[in-house]
Amino acid sequence: MSALETPFALRLLPGGSYAGRSRMLLLRSATAARRAWMAFFSGFFEPVFYLVAMGQGLGSMVGPLPGPDGSPISYIAFIAPGLLAASAMNGAVFDSTFNVFFKLKYARLYDAMLATPLGPVDVALGEIGWALLRGGLYALGFLAVMGGSGLLVSPWALLALPAALVVAFAFAAVGMAATSYLRSWQDFDLVTLVIMPMFLFSTTFFPLSVYPRWLQVVVECLPLYHAVELMRGLTTGLVGPGMLVHVAYFAVMIVLGVAVAARRLDVLLLK
Amino acid sequence: MADGLVQARGLYKRFGAIEAVRGIDVDVARGEVFGFLGPNGAGKSSAMRMIACVSPRTGGELQVLGMDPGRDGPRIRARIGVVPQLDNLDAELSVRQNLEIYGRYFGLPRAHVREKARELLAFAQLTERADDPVEPLSGGMKRRLTIARSLVNDPELLLLDEPTTGLDPQARHLLWERLYRLKREGVTQIITTHYMDEAEQLCDRLVVMDHGVIVAEGSPAELIERHATREVLELRFAPEARPEPEVLAPLVERVESLPDRLLLYTADGERAQAEVARAGHRPLSALVRRSSLEDVFLSLTGRTLVD
Ligand SMILES: Nc1ncnc2c1ncn2[C@@H]1O[C@H](COP(=O)(O)OP(=O)(O)O)[C@@H](O)[C@H]1O
Ligand SMILES: [Mg+2]
Repeated sequence: MSALETPFALRLLPGGSYAGRSRMLLLRSATAARRAWMAFFSGFFEPVFYLVAMGQGLGSMVGPLPGPDGSPISYIAFIAPGLLAASAMNGAVFDSTFNVFFKLKYARLYDAMLATPLGPVDVALGEIGWALLRGGLYALGFLAVMGGSGLLVSPWALLALPAALVVAFAFAAVGMAATSYLRSWQDFDLVTLVIMPMFLFSTTFFPLSVYPRWLQVVVECLPLYHAVELMRGLTTGLVGPGMLVHVAYFAVMIVLGVAVAARRLDVLLLK
Repeated sequence: MADGLVQARGLYKRFGAIEAVRGIDVDVARGEVFGFLGPNGAGKSSAMRMIACVSPRTGGELQVLGMDPGRDGPRIRARIGVVPQLDNLDAELSVRQNLEIYGRYFGLPRAHVREKARELLAFAQLTERADDPVEPLSGGMKRRLTIARSLVNDPELLLLDEPTTGLDPQARHLLWERLYRLKREGVTQIITTHYMDEAEQLCDRLVVMDHGVIVAEGSPAELIERHATREVLELRFAPEARPEPEVLAPLVERVESLPDRLLLYTADGERAQAEVARAGHRPLSALVRRSSLEDVFLSLTGRTLVD
């Protein structure tokens, strides 16, 4: 799935780390998801609830906000792209943190896989790939909701789905890499501690201009901020070369995440 | 040993300050069932994991199927089957899916693994449970499924790490019977165990491991012949009536003193029992039995295998 990242990850890892068979992990995950599809879709609804509750509820009390080009847009139109980005993030993060941790520490699933010709890069790419598919599916569902609500006003919105896949890929890769450093379920409070404020501050609900300058700088460093800005531009049709910065940001996350995740599987399991 | 499937020379494994395997020589020939017998912590699993190419060796030489695990890990793993000490079945998949998906990890085509899974379900006597989840299976069934899974790629070499630990006697015997069958079919097996009866039943040849080193090597019969007498007289005494081992030593070849009993090694247990009685000792119970690998281990290390 990522012909681009693999050679890089391979160079960081000892030989035999990659059998080119990560799609078998996707097959495994799809087979498992068929047995537990409720759990799979549960995470999709959270951003939809936010859209309805905040967009309708809060939106009726707040007036229009400045859109990407400065012209005013309705509150619901402002938060929808932010929640779209959050959808992609949620699906990817949930799978690449909780699920990966369970398989790594309790189910010893990756030990079983590494006893076959599969290597750590196959496992990392396969699991990250599944998490990205999940994020992508949530984003697709959310896009459908947005379309149904008349919130997609530009043909550029067609690119929102591939963009969501890139965002999900980046969060999944970094999520799996970070999870490999967690020691117990208690450490998951850290994940919440990172995700929750990022969700609130990354211009999801308020424009950047409401924050003091120092906080603006912090927000501009957050990955979700780049995802939200990317989505807001695409769904409203305000597309510029500045967007390549966002894409580059995610490319770096992807390459680092995959490389670190595979390296950590090697260190943790092949000792 | 040109056609040896596994050849280790001075194989060594260290985890930080712990020396798990301290230089062992091992040769496993095609078609044989080879055992690592030793107590917990002897280094059996560490040795197995190096042979399975999932743990890099710290030192020494190792060849598996004529290749170097350090360089050809994936190619070796494609041709071996592994039953780890702790089951790691996929709880999110059904019994059948566990076999089919695992086969796919080896790159085997869909139609092939489907047929293979059917065959292996029958072998593991799990056909009736094929579409059940894994979790409710009994310990013996899970173990059989793990063994079936290890066969999905038709391995030339099967590595079984404590295949029957924790199983009840009936489940163990069923499992042993399956392993015999594989042996008859010509599958080379390496088994670790801390059960001497398992080693005696299954292994053509074995090494006794203790504290990371091999302390003896041979067939079960050879080891017993070399390190124990034909028979053992087991005596239990009331604490106040228990004689010192040295008192009984002249009557037999060797005496081992365990907390709850004395073991007298001799060619003729009945005669030794009569002589003990003649010398005026009154045991609560006396049992004459044939020597086992347990006695070999005791004689080599002064300790029992399972305590
Ligand atoms: N991954 C590991 N990290 C640290 N120490 C280990 C690890 N695996 C095994 N050991 C240590 O190596 C020694 C041998 O263990 P092991 O090979 O599991 O023995 P056995 O399988 O014979 O019970 C033990 O002291 C054990 O604690
Ligand atoms: Mg062990």
